Amino acid sequence: MSKVTKKNQLQGKEIERGYLDEAVHGYNIRTAMEEASRCVLCYDAPCSKGCPADTKPADFIRSIRFRNFKGAAATIREANALGGCTAKVCPYDRLCEEACSRTGIDKPIQIGRLQAFAIDQERQFNMKILEAPKADKEKVACIGSGPASLSCASILARNGYKVTIFEALEKPGGVLTYGILPSRLPQDVVDFDIQKVKDLGVEFVMNTRVGKDVTIEELKKQGFKAFFIGTGLWKSKKIDIAGIDLKGVHYAVDFLKDARSSEGKMKVEGDVIVIGGGDVAMDCAATAKLLGADRVSIVYRRTMEEAPANNAEIEYVRSLGISIYIKFRPKEILGEDGKVTGFIAEGTDDFSELKLKADSVIFAIGQEAEDMKKIASVELNENGTIVCDINKGFTNIEGIFAGGDIVNGGKTVVEAVAQGKSVAKSIMDYLEKKEGVN
Amino acid sequence: MANLMDLSIEYLGVKCENPFFLSSSPVGSNYDMVKKAFEEGWGGVFFKTVGIFIADECSPRFDNNAKESTPWIGFKNMEQISDKPLEDNLQAIHRLKRDYPDKIVVASIMGSSEDEWEKLSKMVTQAGADLIECNFSCPQMTSHAMGSDVGQNPDLVRDYSRAVSKETDLPVIAKMTPNIGNMEIPAIAAIEGGAKGVSAINTIKAITNIDLEFMTAMPVVNGKSSISGYSGAAVRPIGLRFITQMKQHPLLKDIQMSGIGGIETWRDALEYILVGCHNVQVTTAVMQYGYRIVSDMISGLSYYMEEQGFKKVEEMVGLALPNIVPAEELDRDFKIIVDIDHEKCIGCGRCYISCYDAAHQAINWDFDKRRPSVNDECVGCHLCINVCPVLNCITPGKVVWKDESKETPREINFKTRYE
Repeated sequence: MSKVTKKNQLQGKEIERGYLDEAVHGYNIRTAMEEASRCVLCYDAPCSKGCPADTKPADFIRSIRFRNFKGAAATIREANALGGCTAKVCPYDRLCEEACSRTGIDKPIQIGRLQAFAIDQERQFNMKILEAPKADKEKVACIGSGPASLSCASILARNGYKVTIFEALEKPGGVLTYGILPSRLPQDVVDFDIQKVKDLGVEFVMNTRVGKDVTIEELKKQGFKAFFIGTGLWKSKKIDIAGIDLKGVHYAVDFLKDARSSEGKMKVEGDVIVIGGGDVAMDCAATAKLLGADRVSIVYRRTMEEAPANNAEIEYVRSLGISIYIKFRPKEILGEDGKVTGFIAEGTDDFSELKLKADSVIFAIGQEAEDMKKIASVELNENGTIVCDINKGFTNIEGIFAGGDIVNGGKTVVEAVAQGKSVAKSIMDYLEKKEGVN
Repeated sequence: MANLMDLSIEYLGVKCENPFFLSSSPVGSNYDMVKKAFEEGWGGVFFKTVGIFIADECSPRFDNNAKESTPWIGFKNMEQISDKPLEDNLQAIHRLKRDYPDKIVVASIMGSSEDEWEKLSKMVTQAGADLIECNFSCPQMTSHAMGSDVGQNPDLVRDYSRAVSKETDLPVIAKMTPNIGNMEIPAIAAIEGGAKGVSAINTIKAITNIDLEFMTAMPVVNGKSSISGYSGAAVRPIGLRFITQMKQHPLLKDIQMSGIGGIETWRDALEYILVGCHNVQVTTAVMQYGYRIVSDMISGLSYYMEEQGFKKVEEMVGLALPNIVPAEELDRDFKIIVDIDHEKCIGCGRCYISCYDAAHQAINWDFDKRRPSVNDECVGCHLCINVCPVLNCITPGKVVWKDESKETPREINFKTRYE
């Protein structure tokens, strides 16, 4: 296994090796200017077209280049309620940076790091960019406090609606707070974005699961006129193989949630196998490694070219010395005294075999919806996600909207932000009786 | 790196190992500094200006200009002449000549009266200097009887040049200020007074930045600041212009020049040589990077001479002068239309924006393909070549005669290679 050094380089980014330490160093004024001056400042810039949430990278990079750092922050914050978080977790290589014209010369502008720099300026100068008018319009409930809900709530509050977010867990943020690895997304970045939503007057009700602790009917009686379901996907997919019930078998969602809730104090020991090829699998592997595992291996059934994880995440995991075995599917988990001792996978070529010593096996093969019928009798797809128009968010029930992972089946934070924005417009149209009223 | 050719050149009758000199400034202030510079390859030094006046300097005293992420595009300093006792400086000059007889030590002097200029001339001659440079040009002296206020007055320049020349048998050089419209006038006055050579340019009076916290210029000296001398890469174009104008003047064309202003590379130095300088002087680049930069100047110039078949630096002196002509003498009968290479193009659209907003709306933009194309409005200004970020993407193409009926087609010399 390669030796992990403190200043190992990853695409020019310095890497720290603590679970809670941010992996990528931020830009300062000088380094940000250096990067912004690499930007060729395109006409009709492709990067801006590449952002699902319309965060306008061409505009904010130009602002940085012409030393209007506050203007850059304002462009981001106005377009994207999670400007801080998306700066850290967006799959740039598939979005704005993939579109970057500079790639034709050498390599794309590091748009995410420039976005993080601008948001840093917003924080340093204590800027108040968004203003909410007096909330004298209808009451809207957003269920779940993840990216889609936060984005939707932000737009509604900025347009004068009284918005309340209901969250089943103790802290707001959903996947931002309970999922993604903190070295990729530090909690203070999440908290800062959420504070900006709170500052708009959005009310947050924690530890309240809609459908259990309170029902939509009750909320209607309290005067809520529209509902946005943005609960995300919190049930890990399971497969049925021998040994699945052994002690030491974990599921990604719970594993990451426990690690984050422990604020890095959770211990992981021995040899850990992670099954899956997405960002969540990469986060699980990095978490296990950073929390003390001796050897971490990822086993994925397809090739890395097909893996949905973004390149920066894969590079990060590799830089931690984690092995990735491709084209293997799980066959059996071995155990003794009810506890995991090993893992066997078979090659998808029907020839190769893989047998690894293991103390833990973590499944990160996707998440599913919890039972949405408990919240409302919305029409569901076979996989449990809610049936609705992805952009507009109308469900089959009047006044109930949905967006984010619970609709798209699990995509990126920035796509959830984009949907939160567009569905907020539908909700406003509905409440103004322009659309969706029977 | 080393490709060492004979770079020696005779300057005012003194044989110099190479044309690379330190200018009179902080980079040549004492024996140890100059010793190190000599050992790293500098051919000579214009030692930090000595005077009867001893400078009392402010803190801080420097600032620089940046563009995007490039610092030191221009540099401002507020230092005056030497702040050391005259005796120490004379001794350093003496020891340097004793220990490095093949290196050139030029004593830079500045007086505030004819009497002082005479005394200084005698003293530095006795100390063993090879040449004397009269500093008529420091723009930030605390005494107005000295520095660029003198250099702007041809009568004082003539008188002081005469006073210095009278007291020495060494060739005297007048260092000119660029804070003036026509440098030829004081330069001619210096020659009339007995000077044999001219150095240019000293620094340009400037304000590099206004500080928004203290509402004054940079650097901030206890809440205040002053206008002072600007140097570095940004001033090289101005230095080249002054040298060219002097070398093209009938009364100055045979006067040996020492070029100063924004020289960082062998190429910058060569440009000064091509407009008629026998050597160059450097400070700002040394302040930023150290004496070591001379090794790439020596090697780079050697490679160039080898490539072009020059045997002596002297062969290159002034080669560009005949081709720099008054605007009215330029051939204006044609325009060179550009070619755009769609394979190299990265689709940024910068040429389209600049051509539309600042030139002749001669580029069309294909929104779907993200590619520019030149239309009939092109006047051949080549603004697009200047903004294109891709090497050799937009290049000079077809020569078009403005009035074909009047012109007999002929060969046009135009540049096709850009860097």
